[in-house]
Amino acid sequence: MASMGEFMPIVILLGVAALVCAAMVTLSWVLGPKKVTPYKASPYECGVEPSGTARERFPIKFYLVAMLFILFDIEVVFLWSWLTVFKNPGMGSPETDLAFQWFSFCAVMVYMVLWIIGDAYVLRVNALAWDEAPEIHEAKFGAPEAPAATPIPDAALQPAGGGK
Amino acid sequence: MDTNLIVFLAMALVAAVAAVGVVAMNNPVRSALCLVVNFFVLAFVYFSLRAELMGISQILVYTGAIMVLFLFVIMLLNLGGRGGTLEERPDVKPGIGVGLGIALFALIAFQVLFPLQASATPRAPDDYGLPQTVGRNLFTTYVLPFELASVLLLVGIVGAILLAKRKM
Amino acid sequence: MVQEWLQGLPPFWLGLIRVLLLVLPILILVPGLIWWERRLLSWMQDRIGPNRTGTLNVPRWFPIKSWRGKKLRTFGLLQPIADGVKLFLKEDITPDAVDRKLYFIAPAIALFPAFALGGVLPFGPWLSDNPATAGFYALLTPVANVDIGILYVLAISSLGVYGVVLAGYASNNKYSLLGGLRASAQLISYELAMGVSLACIVMASGSLKMTEMVRSQEGPLWGVVPWIQNWFLFTPYGLISAVVFLICMVAETNRAPFDLPEAENEIIAGYHTEYSSMKFAVFFMGEYAAMFIFGGIFATVFLGGYNLLPVNWLAIGDSVPALSGVMGFMDRLNYALAPLWFLGKCAGGITFYVWLRATLPRLRYDQLMSLGWKSLLPLAVANFIIVAIWIMGTAKWGVAGGWIAWAGASLLAVLLYLQVMSTYKSGFPDMQRRKVVLTDGIPNAPVGAGAD
Repeated sequence: MASMGEFMPIVILLGVAALVCAAMVTLSWVLGPKKVTPYKASPYECGVEPSGTARERFPIKFYLVAMLFILFDIEVVFLWSWLTVFKNPGMGSPETDLAFQWFSFCAVMVYMVLWIIGDAYVLRVNALAWDEAPEIHEAKFGAPEAPAATPIPDAALQPAGGGK
Repeated sequence: MDTNLIVFLAMALVAAVAAVGVVAMNNPVRSALCLVVNFFVLAFVYFSLRAELMGISQILVYTGAIMVLFLFVIMLLNLGGRGGTLEERPDVKPGIGVGLGIALFALIAFQVLFPLQASATPRAPDDYGLPQTVGRNLFTTYVLPFELASVLLLVGIVGAILLAKRKM
Repeated sequence: MVQEWLQGLPPFWLGLIRVLLLVLPILILVPGLIWWERRLLSWMQDRIGPNRTGTLNVPRWFPIKSWRGKKLRTFGLLQPIADGVKLFLKEDITPDAVDRKLYFIAPAIALFPAFALGGVLPFGPWLSDNPATAGFYALLTPVANVDIGILYVLAISSLGVYGVVLAGYASNNKYSLLGGLRASAQLISYELAMGVSLACIVMASGSLKMTEMVRSQEGPLWGVVPWIQNWFLFTPYGLISAVVFLICMVAETNRAPFDLPEAENEIIAGYHTEYSSMKFAVFFMGEYAAMFIFGGIFATVFLGGYNLLPVNWLAIGDSVPALSGVMGFMDRLNYALAPLWFLGKCAGGITFYVWLRATLPRLRYDQLMSLGWKSLLPLAVANFIIVAIWIMGTAKWGVAGGWIAWAGASLLAVLLYLQVMSTYKSGFPDMQRRKVVLTDGIPNAPVGAGAD
């Protein structure tokens, strides 16, 4: 038979937490007055009339962050079991312990080298640079070695604004 | 009745209802939320089978990471908006689906449940599912898959960036 | 007597008692924490803060003559409770455009992990690993001393994303959606560095169990000084981990300077823009409860948990026999009032949060991302590898050899970092060009700039 064993109190904790959360959310809904007016019920946009829908598309950068998070997260998950046995392997004798430590240490170092390659790649291609453009178009801003006599036109002094 | 059994049944019920919710909900965000609940409760079913590391990895990886990406994708594709809700149309597909589902369940029940009922209660060894046990096995017998997994993840990182980044 | 009664209880009821001992203090303490933050913040900003609510005028008919007309002050301690009552009775506006069901349950989902987070946190000593001989507090805390300990904390804290993202999505408001997205990207980015920084500590203590982590901190400092406890904060690798964890924990709770999801000058109130009444307050309750518990986690992992001071009282008593009486008393005091010391450390954590909020300005979003991915994660990974080398060295060549290996690896890491940075600065022209343009071209660019 399945037995919760040590996890039983955790299940109770989750149950109590769920009850408390549900009570908090429901009570205010029950206790408060209800006088809905069209202005109250409209989405808040700083007091002006809301325009358009909020279900806009959003930048793919968030998606990339989530994907990279999953991949690195799984890399850490593989290591947790090793962390618990690396210091005290408990393989039987001191010799086998040391052999296990040395072997698993080498295995994890190879793993970490691959991790670092991945991380270095992420940083090198600027995958998480939030302002997307690593360079600014010289046509827009004037090259640094522009001739001294030509004044920079006003348009060139417009704020950077992402460069695209 | 045993408290353990009650707790297990309650969790199994939540998991099953959430699993039905995943397919029954019209709004994809709600479906995804049901899947989150299902994965979370499933982890506790693993705990009850004493597969502790397995269960917590389930929460860490599936509930905590992969489902976030699911939600992002749904929101990125703008499926959850008012226009995006799937329309209900009379169709034979749900009927066929339900029929096939019941058939599959019967097949699995026939193959798994009946033989299990006849057998004695299986007992796992005492240290089964502990992080230590997993660690000792992973880094002796299964060290090659472990290294290959890291190569796979590296490929995943490169692939994700190549797909999502406009230019390098 | 109490101990026997507790031991006689069925596991379910004992579990329930443990759960209530965790949940009720959080519920009771959260208003106090809000008061403490408001008062402390006011003091730091040269204001007074809430100091009126709860002041009682003793009436004229009061039997004790000298008390009549006097005021009983509580220094505004009842202000958060008054606010709470008010919030419960306020109108709960549900805007028309929202996704009603998700809008309703999102605050509950945001609060849930904050309560569940403390499930493995010991606030009293376990004398041994066996519950039967672990002493009185082992019956009451933690809620469950499971083998995966710290992983449970990471797993539950990763659920915090959903409340925020769903609130942002369900509100159907542009600001809410932006706030929710920002928050989720921030939470998952910092969770990574947090996991790796905790991995270093798990490797050094050799166990995922929280109680064993605390016990491994009670050993002699650096394996050498017997009178002082080896709190992980005092070890070099633990210090780096602690700094990384501290930053990540502030980011995980969406607090200043990482409160971009609710940056009021950019996106109003972020994901809870559309929430009113108690639903709005529930987000804050979750935040404060999570701050409190994270303070406890930091104390448990880096600050010796429920120990008052990093001192091994009995060891001092052994080496200085004249003091053995006093030291024995201190040891018993350290044991008996352990929950109080632990609570004190949690309160210290909250104070640190408030201090940060009063001191640091909010980060920009690209700074936030690059801090998480480009600074904290590599630092934590480097620390991880160095700890592995240290343990390997200790196993092969003893304590001194371990520290020599540690020092060598650290030196190598620093040199590698300097090398990479110099290559980065000189070698990649595409990354350099932008800096040149911005400094030479635009800012100091009156007519004819760039000439020099």
